[in-house]
Amino acid sequence: MASYTIPHAPGFVANDAPRIVTERFDHPDSYTLERYLATGGYEGLRAALGRTPDDVHGEVRSATLLGRGGAGFPAGVKWGFCPPGVWPRYLVVNGDESEPGTYKDRLLMELDPHQLIEGCLIACYAVGLSQCFLYIRGEMAVAQERVAQALNEAYEAGWVGRNICGTDFSVDIVLHWGAGAYVVGEETALIESLEGNRGMPRLKPPYFPAAIGLYGQPTIVNNVETLANLPWIMRNGAAAFTAIGTPTSPGTRMIAVSGHVQRPGVYEITNGTTTFRDLIYGEDYCGGLRPGRKLKAFVPGGGSAPWFTPAQLDLPFEASEVGPQGSMLGSGAVMVMDDTTDIPAAALTLTKFYAHESCGKCVPCREGATWLERVLRRVCDGTGTPRDLEVLLEVGASISPGDFPHAAVPERGLEAKPFPYQMTTICFVGPSAFAPLHSAMTLFPEEFEARVAPNAHLETGPSHGSASSTGLLGSPASGSVSEVSVRV
Amino acid sequence: MTFFTEENRTLAHEIIGRYPKRRSAMIPLLHVAQAQAGWVTEEAMVEIAELVDTTPAEVLGTCSFYEMFKREPVGKFLVNICATMSCALAGAAELMEHAEERLGVRAGGTTPDGLFTLASAECQAACTEAPCLQVNYRYRYRVDADGFDQLVDDLAAGALDDEIPPHGVTARVRQHIPAGRAVGAVPPEAVAEEPVWLAVADGVSSGGAS
Repeated sequence: MASYTIPHAPGFVANDAPRIVTERFDHPDSYTLERYLATGGYEGLRAALGRTPDDVHGEVRSATLLGRGGAGFPAGVKWGFCPPGVWPRYLVVNGDESEPGTYKDRLLMELDPHQLIEGCLIACYAVGLSQCFLYIRGEMAVAQERVAQALNEAYEAGWVGRNICGTDFSVDIVLHWGAGAYVVGEETALIESLEGNRGMPRLKPPYFPAAIGLYGQPTIVNNVETLANLPWIMRNGAAAFTAIGTPTSPGTRMIAVSGHVQRPGVYEITNGTTTFRDLIYGEDYCGGLRPGRKLKAFVPGGGSAPWFTPAQLDLPFEASEVGPQGSMLGSGAVMVMDDTTDIPAAALTLTKFYAHESCGKCVPCREGATWLERVLRRVCDGTGTPRDLEVLLEVGASISPGDFPHAAVPERGLEAKPFPYQMTTICFVGPSAFAPLHSAMTLFPEEFEARVAPNAHLETGPSHGSASSTGLLGSPASGSVSEVSVRV
Repeated sequence: MTFFTEENRTLAHEIIGRYPKRRSAMIPLLHVAQAQAGWVTEEAMVEIAELVDTTPAEVLGTCSFYEMFKREPVGKFLVNICATMSCALAGAAELMEHAEERLGVRAGGTTPDGLFTLASAECQAACTEAPCLQVNYRYRYRVDADGFDQLVDDLAAGALDDEIPPHGVTARVRQHIPAGRAVGAVPPEAVAEEPVWLAVADGVSSGGAS
């Protein structure tokens, strides 16, 4: 490794729950081949190579390993979608993690890159993928260095490349890196980017990447965390994997919890059984909110997910339970807002994000997200009108028509609208621009109505100065909204 | 046609050789160009077009899509302050205000000495360590006003040059595939048969690859 020091990625907190993908994180040299080999590294690959590819595929299928990137589709089933007899097939690793609130793939790449490499090799062996492209988000310089170093070590030691472990199995893993575009996390946009193009999603259906992907060939796109589970599954068997968690959501998941909690961190939790209450209030996890604060709302699955309130705290990390309650588990990111949070301003930070990241291919997203940001900004500034609130919903409906999913509000007798949504766009970025705003307006309508009341601009509006400012907290000195408005 | 240094042209060919199609090397080569000059010049795009067998307009098209590629000079240190939700909940707006004051430029501006470019950035994947920023894509966590001032002083004094390379250089450790170990990239149209390990397995088991 180079002589400079890489700052340790903090945030990871170990507890007593079973660990699959973070087993090595406690070792300061967790990213080296030496440590990897001393802790069971590449044994999963050896086990796989001793079996037929079909057999390995079957093992992964029976593990019900759900994709950890956001959609939650079982990896073993996805692998089976490659049309028979069409060669070559490719593996594209999605390490373009950029969903607001999410960072687990970055830790997996920085702290245990060999585990990811081994996972890639197992997938390639099982499905007959003849080349692997490991796409890492451009802004993750340290992850790129750690993975490059690990690949160099692995090639030298014979774990990657020609005739791996002396067998007929040969595959190159090519490190590829992006250059800053959220939408590239969408798998068809990722492929476009990997082909050297602007990262704009492709229309699907009819063709999914497993049938027509990179260079028009069958391509499996898997998330980093998904692949990182494979060495453990091959070492311990699918039965051991499904013994953790629930039958429909087995294993563990890495969840980043940020915002107004005592101990924000990235936790490896037991899938399917751990609840949001466990995670936010549990002593082994975040330890509750800051003293004297109450939970107002939380985002359960990354910036694109509709919001929850304390009424949904007892839901487990189980898609079949969270979906009917109006949201999704998404990419494993929980953002917590306490009672000091300015809800319209919080929604604006996410709306702004999606407006900025819209690739421009679909008109409803390109125009709609931009207008959502502009109109919401003037509502937050206190210069909006009651009509603006209708405009926001109308623009949102042009991106996502019909009933948009949202959580129940028991005190107002409002029932949940189940996930998912409809969309007029090719990919999810469009509806994602509307999701936080729709949630905020549905769960906290009074905060928006107060903002557009006559003369509201004289009393509210914590926008101050720079375009980036949204002032989510009352100024600590004053704590009062009217004093904040002095800064406008 | 002489934008790339000899060393970087060799590197460019090495990178191109890893892909079944040359054009896939476009983004990596734009990074190499930006590492060499600190930003992506027109000359660089012309040469990249030639290297990956396309037109300069196509290279500009790709280049202009991605946030990290700068088509005009920026400071030696690009300071990206995250503005997305988790950081905003932890005071990112206040941090940006302080940064603007300290550096004397608004977000998007470069200091007159060419040392710092300040920018507002979207989620940088360090949400539990908010508010966070990146200097040339190297993290700083839970940054407060004093911490920011210290960082600026250290950067200006060159005290962090070992850790934080000048703008344009992202990863300093590069992948190198040893010639004797490489399988090699083959254009997809040149491959008609299943990989050899599947064929071998087919010989001993009943089914083909699903």
